[in-house]
Amino acid sequence: MLVIRADLVDAMVAHARADHPDEACGVITGPDGSDRPERFVPMINAARSPTFYEFDSGDLLRLYRDMDSRDEVPVVVYHSHTATEAYPSRTDVSYASEPNAHYVLVSTRESGRGDGPYELRSFRIVDGVVTEEEIDVTPA
Amino acid sequence: MAVEVRVPTILRDYTSGERVVLASGASVATVIDDLDVNYPGIAERLLDDSGLRRFVNVYLNDEDVRVLDGLDTVVADNDSITILPAVAGG
Repeated sequence: MLVIRADLVDAMVAHARADHPDEACGVITGPDGSDRPERFVPMINAARSPTFYEFDSGDLLRLYRDMDSRDEVPVVVYHSHTATEAYPSRTDVSYASEPNAHYVLVSTRESGRGDGPYELRSFRIVDGVVTEEEIDVTPA
Repeated sequence: MAVEVRVPTILRDYTSGERVVLASGASVATVIDDLDVNYPGIAERLLDDSGLRRFVNVYLNDEDVRVLDGLDTVVADNDSITILPAVAGG
């Protein structure tokens, strides 16, 4: 189960809407071993694409160095789908490389950049196997 | 040349959980060869027939080796190498 504060959910949705129709991406870091997402870190989608996302290589190095110095890990790795459901694509599964992370997908296919309905789901992706999990949203 | 190599979570199964290991070599390619001697199988995760795998990033100090000389990038004593899988998807 992913336990996450409501303001962090709102931040992911806002980022996904703002970047629509391109995919938005980022992480929410937390203390190593805590499984508790705390620090929202939106990233630039270097692919600037509606069907693909990739952290810029230099940004990636800075992110991981920063997390190391804070003794943090990427508790949540999120990205959006802008025309399809909030479920990991084959590409998502093949590149998933954080077995301890919660992979959160936001779909803006209905809302676009507006305030309409969105989907937000969380998954574990380990050794190519996708397992959906419940999300417990706690007060901000 | 002895260098520190930072290993990402997903490859720590090969290094008994160690985040940082030592390796030696005069280039990124030979450092990876040396890693594979001590941690068999790790090179396969980094390289394919065409060289560095598309979604594996290797940095020499602060630079992605792709903007240097790739696997031929020269490594000096006390350099540090960081391996990070790309965060990417569709």
